[in-house]
Amino acid sequence: MSHEPRKDYAGAKLGMWLFLFTELLLFGGLFLLYGAYLSRYPHEFAVAGREMHLVFGTVNTAILLTSSLLAAMAVTAIQRDARGKTMLLLGGTILCAAIFLFNKYLEWGAEISNGIYPNSPRLAAGPPGESVFYSLYYLTVGLHGLHVLIGGTLLALVAVRVQRRTIHAGDYVLLENSALYWHLVDLIWIFIFPLYYLLL
Amino acid sequence: MKEQAHHSVGYVKLTAVWLMLLALTALTVWISRLDLGVNRVWGSLAIATAKGGLVIAFFMHMKYEGRLLRWVLFVALVTLAIFIGFTFFDVLYR
Repeated sequence: MSHEPRKDYAGAKLGMWLFLFTELLLFGGLFLLYGAYLSRYPHEFAVAGREMHLVFGTVNTAILLTSSLLAAMAVTAIQRDARGKTMLLLGGTILCAAIFLFNKYLEWGAEISNGIYPNSPRLAAGPPGESVFYSLYYLTVGLHGLHVLIGGTLLALVAVRVQRRTIHAGDYVLLENSALYWHLVDLIWIFIFPLYYLLL
Repeated sequence: MKEQAHHSVGYVKLTAVWLMLLALTALTVWISRLDLGVNRVWGSLAIATAKGGLVIAFFMHMKYEGRLLRWVLFVALVTLAIFIGFTFFDVLYR
């Protein structure tokens, strides 16, 4: 028997969405912790939040929104069988992911050199609310950064398969699901941005 | 069984959504610099929710999906709302 295995497109997408919901609940838990500790330490959170770099946060928001646009366009491009364009758009998405992570490196570098990192002498000597804020910040943003890294790697693998023509207009569910993952990374950042950079 | 044609969202529409997302980002940064007290929290969260809705509806194609995925999304959001909402009943009125 040698025939093409039947692809269950709807099933593949349902599976991806179910996985994305577990991710939503994971980050939802971290947002819940943020909210609960904010109501416990409102003053300390306000003091700590004022040290966040709004410019980094805003620039990274614009970069992630742009990367999401490029990923969505890549899905449209593969549907229209425009292979070169798909590759270009995926490349743009991955470039945005790299710029995002580089900004993160600069931002965390600046914070760490100011003595702000988990269990640093400065935070250990300060009020407990401030160290809770920064612990949650490093945990949430770090976990999000890991997702950016995974999403970027996934899209790079997809780009290789588009190049090899194993992803094409007739079978592109892998590209679509990877794009869904990428949009989720963007979606989570849309909520991290106001919570950590704007509210306080 | 013939599979349904997959919906393709045009480049112009996607770009329009992206421009709206950037405009909402500018708006939320501007609002955060004003002195609005507690309204700033609700304003920021409302704008973030609007942005999230745009991403889910257009970038993630939810606007064009069938009933099954919409229901799954609805159940996930309700679950999230219940566990965040009930925690705050406890935290705020302790």
